[in-house]
Amino acid sequence: MTDLTHLTAPTDLTEPVAFPQSRTCPYHPPTGYDPLRADRPLTRVTLYDGRPAWLVTGHATARALLADQRLSSDRTRPGFPATTPRFAAFRDRTAALVGVDDPKHRTQRRMMIPGFTVKRATAMRPDIQRIVDERLDAMIARGGPADLVPAFALPVPSMVICGLLGVPYADHEFFEEQSRRLLRGPSPEDSQDARAQLDDYLGELIDRKQREPGEGLLDDLVREQLNEGTLDRAELSALGLILLVAGHETTANMISLGTFTLLRHPERLAELRADPRLLPDVVEELMRSLSIVDGLMRLAVEDIEVDGVTIRAGEGVLFSTSVVNRDEAVYTAPDALDWHRPARHHIAFGFGIHQCLGQNLARAELEIALRSLFDRLPTLRLAASAEEIPFKPGDTIQGMLELPVTW
Amino acid sequence: MHTEIHIDKDLCIGAGQCALAAPGVFTQDDDGYSTVLPGKEDGAGDPMLREAARACPVTAITVTDTAVTDAPG
Repeated sequence: MTDLTHLTAPTDLTEPVAFPQSRTCPYHPPTGYDPLRADRPLTRVTLYDGRPAWLVTGHATARALLADQRLSSDRTRPGFPATTPRFAAFRDRTAALVGVDDPKHRTQRRMMIPGFTVKRATAMRPDIQRIVDERLDAMIARGGPADLVPAFALPVPSMVICGLLGVPYADHEFFEEQSRRLLRGPSPEDSQDARAQLDDYLGELIDRKQREPGEGLLDDLVREQLNEGTLDRAELSALGLILLVAGHETTANMISLGTFTLLRHPERLAELRADPRLLPDVVEELMRSLSIVDGLMRLAVEDIEVDGVTIRAGEGVLFSTSVVNRDEAVYTAPDALDWHRPARHHIAFGFGIHQCLGQNLARAELEIALRSLFDRLPTLRLAASAEEIPFKPGDTIQGMLELPVTW
Repeated sequence: MHTEIHIDKDLCIGAGQCALAAPGVFTQDDDGYSTVLPGKEDGAGDPMLREAARACPVTAITVTDTAVTDAPG
């Protein structure tokens, strides 16, 4: 007798939702994710290539699965899911840290962590403040209106990561442009070419650092690891690439989208201005609410039983951070911005072994950038209609494409 | 009640979330690994102790409470 019970399961009667989708409002999850928000803790979605995948939508399940090493991050494994043709195009090239599993990941991460501790981020605050002040001085001297993205949101983290790594800021136009092409194409060929150009650039930079050692994390790695034979050139180059790209793109997006969000919530902004001690909580709540890296990807390498379902080996598992970070079971009125809620334990920086290496630095940068921006420019406001300001499509890191402001 | 904190250094990835949540108990050593501040091995009654353990992305921190008995040793 044929078992037809599976055909009557509710999930089989509804068309799986497409993932990812673009946001309608840049600081809210796509309205197209509403069915996903009603279907926790995990559900089925369809990727761009028609392939089905699991999407984790519940907070507790996301924390459990992101810490589960039966889910692989190794994108070179056959069957690793892709959310865009761009990602599929360079999946065969190993990405350091984010694209490797333990034990390789552990070895790489352990080389990096002394440079990214809470103490280290605190020690960098005066340098970050100086960079922020200089950018604001320059922007104010030129006068408004200004596009905050190139004037402030992008150069601040770009200069900070250059200083930390020992990458010449003079090269910023090159690596910012290649990072943009790597993450947003538009074509898969653009992304492949950008990756190749960044690889070449890092390779040459490492050669130069071997000849003329300087000061920076890359110089430390050349001296302590490459020259000692504990790290090969290709791996160091791949590490440099991920630190450089992730180090400026993500924070730049948080500064631009965070500023836009605050300007669109004048009561919350007034509350912050009245009590600057709220700042760390504001940064945490913006991280939770904006969830700019929305769509973490894994591949199941073993069967996993979770919440009454079986994820089969070979299936793709994705995590929507924007949906998970608005789980009503954890956050009351999750769509509201609330500086007084315990926003801690959001997964905007990920969870498990791959949780963002640069998160302590990012928090310091966001606190200093947002505080200084609104202190120095008390009349800061949008210089265009909010609805007309373009933001990034749903298949990449979320943020503003432009942010016209005046003061 | 006696409180004990155990950090599994093989699991620790140096994310620093414990040091961020409960800076009165946790810090990071020179290699970036989580460590308990000297004299705070019992958690020092810090209300953020359990929050810090929960914030660890790799569940490397265990906090154990044991009842203290007066029975002679």
